[in-house]
Amino acid sequence: MSHRRVVITGTGLISALGTGTEKNWQALLAGTSGISLVTRFDPKKIDTRIAGEVKDFEPEKFIDRREVRRMDLYAQYAMAAAAMAVEESGLPVGPDVPHGYTPERVGVIVGSGIGGISSLEEQHRKGLEKGFDRLSPFFIIQMIVNMAPGLISMRYNCKGPNWAPVSACATSAHAIGEAWKSIKLGETDAAIAGGAEAAITPLGLGGFSVMKALSTRNDDPAAASRPFDKDRDGFVMGEGAGMLILEELEAAKKRGARILAELVGYGANSDAYHVTQPAPEGEGAARCMRLALQSAGMNPEQVGYINAHGTSTPFNDANETKAIKAVFGDHARKVAVSSTKSMTGHMLGAAGGYEGVVSALALSRNILPPTINQTSPDPECDLDYVPNAAREAKVDAVMSNSFGFGGTNAVLLFKRF
Amino acid sequence: MSTSAIETKVKGIIADQLGVGEDEIKPESSFIEDLGADSLDIVELVMAMEEEFEVEIPDEEAENIKTVGDAINYITTHKK
Repeated sequence: MSHRRVVITGTGLISALGTGTEKNWQALLAGTSGISLVTRFDPKKIDTRIAGEVKDFEPEKFIDRREVRRMDLYAQYAMAAAAMAVEESGLPVGPDVPHGYTPERVGVIVGSGIGGISSLEEQHRKGLEKGFDRLSPFFIIQMIVNMAPGLISMRYNCKGPNWAPVSACATSAHAIGEAWKSIKLGETDAAIAGGAEAAITPLGLGGFSVMKALSTRNDDPAAASRPFDKDRDGFVMGEGAGMLILEELEAAKKRGARILAELVGYGANSDAYHVTQPAPEGEGAARCMRLALQSAGMNPEQVGYINAHGTSTPFNDANETKAIKAVFGDHARKVAVSSTKSMTGHMLGAAGGYEGVVSALALSRNILPPTINQTSPDPECDLDYVPNAAREAKVDAVMSNSFGFGGTNAVLLFKRF
Repeated sequence: MSTSAIETKVKGIIADQLGVGEDEIKPESSFIEDLGADSLDIVELVMAMEEEFEVEIPDEEAENIKTVGDAINYITTHKK
């Protein structure tokens, strides 16, 4: 596309494993499950009563108390993760700071699969009880998905492209890929990119539950998310955020930024097949992985680790395995594949951002997070899933897969820097 | 309800919604200039006061409520 290269210089993570990149990374390496019984509301009539709730989040540590009231939880997660990423990278914006980027050339592309659903539920209830002329004047800004990038831009004075992709579980992989493209094309020099989700609500949990998409292993929450394992019975909802700072390589070098990894490839496509089921044999996913490799000019053999979509649904994991075999051929037997959703649950629109950060950390720290709960091998899922324990490994490139309802796919490719 | 009881309640609502300390809230404080409110905050404040004091504040009246004292006066006058 162009000679411009894009690097990762900052990260922010929030999940059921905790608030902060380091806390998450250590919990992932230890193989910790963040899944437990739902506490935020009483899910008693819903078949699934477990989820990966964030337990340690204190919004006032990141956001002015008064602003917190005006934001839905998903936007609070987005703001907090962005604050962590900006702080870690030291992203300079504006003429008043050394090496400051021109504000008009800093983008914020941050999405959410669902947006402010708890605000929607609360205000709908209020409307029914008190009348629809008594809604909060903050309701719409709490609910809409592009408020997260909007708020982030106001805080950091980022005046470049500002928008929110909404593509279900591929949302934040798309956000990162599109931010990468914008820097590659020369439209922007830096970006805050990722996603956030906070959909563990009666409507969110109930809605996925009636689709029979969720695990019902309520008696053993920590074992419920078991991607690729024969006894998997659906995904477990997670929540939180994953945020990255992307910078054009030469500018990042000039300012002496600490570079975690390079983002070298991005593929985006569609199954054009079914609203929820993946295309047979993982055809769309395989095409998308090939697109990412092509965009990077890389061979499958160069990839040493795949952070899989690996949702723990019977369909996804078997199809993703087939797709990996189709793309990687003999190398599929050698490449390490793991799903960190086994620990965080499925963070929906935040998953791609979270897993993008995990991919960059796996590269820079030479260790691969495991897939936990691997006890019964599935003949249909017969790759190396880094079972149950993290593994030291120096790999040169990492692929991160994200596939969403609607048949949408996004694949990112990271390279050692 | 006495004026001072109304004043206490009004200050409580403002402190809660605008995230400011009650000691910063004086009768002459302007919602926008002194307390940092924006147009959406004002809508929310007016609604909260309507509910708390069971009064109706029509939009054209709400436009004239610019300070904390204006709000207290309006409620004292109109509360049944």
